Amino acid sequence: MTEKLNSFRNQPDDSGHFGDFGGRYVAETLMPLILDLEREYRAAKVDPAFHEEFDDLLEHYVGRPSPLYYAERLTEKLRESAPEGKGAQVWFKRDELNHTGAHKINNCIGQILLAIRMGKTRIIAETGAGQHGVATATVCARFGLPCVIYMGATDVERQQPNVFRMKLLGAEVVPVQSGARTLKDAMNEALRDWVANVHDTFYIIGTAAGPHPYPELVRDFQSVIGREAREQMQKRTGRLPDLLVAAIGGGSNAIGLFHPFLDDPSVKMLGVEAAGHGLDKQHAASLAGGFPGILHGNKTYLLQDEDGQIAEAHSISAGLDYPGIGPEHSWLKESGRVDYTSITDDEALDAFQLLCRTEGIIPALEPSHAIAEVAKRAKEMDRDQIILANLCGRGDKDIFTVAEALGAKI
Amino acid sequence: MTRIAKAFAKGHPALVCFLTAGDGDTAANLDALVEGGADVIELGMPFTDPMADGPDIQAADLRSLANGTTTADVMQIAADFRARHPDIPLVLMGYANPMVRRGPEWFAAEAAKAGVDGVICVDIPPEEDAALGPALRNAGIAPIRLATPTTDAKRLPAVLNGSGGFLYYVSVAGITGVQQAATGSIDEAVAALKAASDLPIAVGFGVRTPEQAAAIARVADGVVVGSALVKLVGEHGANAPDAIRELTASLAEAVHNARKETAA
Repeated sequence: MTEKLNSFRNQPDDSGHFGDFGGRYVAETLMPLILDLEREYRAAKVDPAFHEEFDDLLEHYVGRPSPLYYAERLTEKLRESAPEGKGAQVWFKRDELNHTGAHKINNCIGQILLAIRMGKTRIIAETGAGQHGVATATVCARFGLPCVIYMGATDVERQQPNVFRMKLLGAEVVPVQSGARTLKDAMNEALRDWVANVHDTFYIIGTAAGPHPYPELVRDFQSVIGREAREQMQKRTGRLPDLLVAAIGGGSNAIGLFHPFLDDPSVKMLGVEAAGHGLDKQHAASLAGGFPGILHGNKTYLLQDEDGQIAEAHSISAGLDYPGIGPEHSWLKESGRVDYTSITDDEALDAFQLLCRTEGIIPALEPSHAIAEVAKRAKEMDRDQIILANLCGRGDKDIFTVAEALGAKI
Repeated sequence: MTRIAKAFAKGHPALVCFLTAGDGDTAANLDALVEGGADVIELGMPFTDPMADGPDIQAADLRSLANGTTTADVMQIAADFRARHPDIPLVLMGYANPMVRRGPEWFAAEAAKAGVDGVICVDIPPEEDAALGPALRNAGIAPIRLATPTTDAKRLPAVLNGSGGFLYYVSVAGITGVQQAATGSIDEAVAALKAASDLPIAVGFGVRTPEQAAAIARVADGVVVGSALVKLVGEHGANAPDAIRELTASLAEAVHNARKETAA
């Protein structure tokens, strides 16, 4: 009983709050639908048939479990510049090997199964870099449902390959012209569509944010990452990792890795936000540079001014380019269970290249933020210690961005 | 009797008019609403992410923010309006984040000081009332709630509980200023709301013309017009007051006389 009361794993409460964060801050039109979704999710959660179908699709369609990989050459490389006896082992959870190239598909499988349970016949989603859009378009093609993806016009321009992928998969991609024309604006427009089409439309939110029950259900669907990793690590090494590291935009890959370990006191955790051009300049680090506020259905840390106007975020990684963060991370920060730090565009670019050359893996720019932090921490930790980082996406989509940043022509 | 209650007790349906604070010469535009015959004023607080609004009000919010409008400016516009028009009810409408940024008590106190009668917050449903509702009620400001076509009979009591001023019926599931609802569906919804509440029922979303306004005023206690007025500010700039006064006058005539026509 005491253990249960002291758990970090039993959030949110019945009204969708993670401590002071989370909640259901939506227009009245959406409220009944949100309550329906919650009821349906509660039913699905205890329905063995739902889990069976989810697990089956993850295994045979997504390609799970993803491997747990010991990055030996990266570990050795980091030890070269570490003090005597320092240089922790670096391991990766290889979610970049999933179908569609990132962790996003785990959540999309879960949500489309919920949509079908609820009898919804049309799917909408927002996307930043296009990874969630591609994953949503993918599951819509797989289940034969029409799909509309809202994407900021700026992101449409800088992520053309993913736009074309979504179209190949049969999705309609709507460029959003409002605001700074990035992820936040895409989410506004998706909410506008949803509120006008509540009767037949399911909104597949891409990260562990938005109104309750989204942060909870996205976390649950992504927790397959941490559950697998925990089991794989124990099987391979006979122990738990000492430190988990994951990049954070909205925070779905991080919460997916962290959540199954939250009640293991020996396991430290570190979320890595995008510091963009630097925390004193334009960035996307909501916890480091923001304040609690209300946006897109939840209360959480937001980049905003003193009047509560939302600031434009910046990160070289379109997937981290969002001025908010999932509410559970806000709570985990305030509870002290998870530490959070940030990595700049330039540091992420260095880490991107480091992993390419030491391990033959081209990572996405999002996990490159995690890798950059791993490189710092490994040198401070003993050689027999283990760092496990989430390699949540592959970098094929980013080669144009990286080429431009490095001044290369392709 | 509160200013809001009086506005709905004039013996004819009330015209409720919305403009975004800080978009154009707001004081002159608000005066034009009053001169045109508006019974209740909704003053929009601009927000960077107006996700329940259609293109007209989105554009107005961006124009206002580009002008550098702050929350203090909005409160000043409200206070100045109150000084010029002691009897016209004034309601602030907007999104949660700018309202709670400095704490709900701060916001409620400032609004009360500025002579604001009610607050409509788009993204605080009854489930999250604690975020703002208690502070407003303690400050004597009416928390005006929204009911929508998706608010069923089972849910309606929760919406009514703690609400004040009037009930804002959003006639279409959607965003502001885009579609219009079929009159029949509004009649039915208003009847259901009236059976459940003593609050006046004002109907809005997608109302642009005197004809639409009159049709609604035959059954509802008030009609809300926003996007059509806001659009005039964007189109006419400094000359907006004349255009606003003209449209408001035609809306007011239609709304105020809607039931007389039915009787005749």
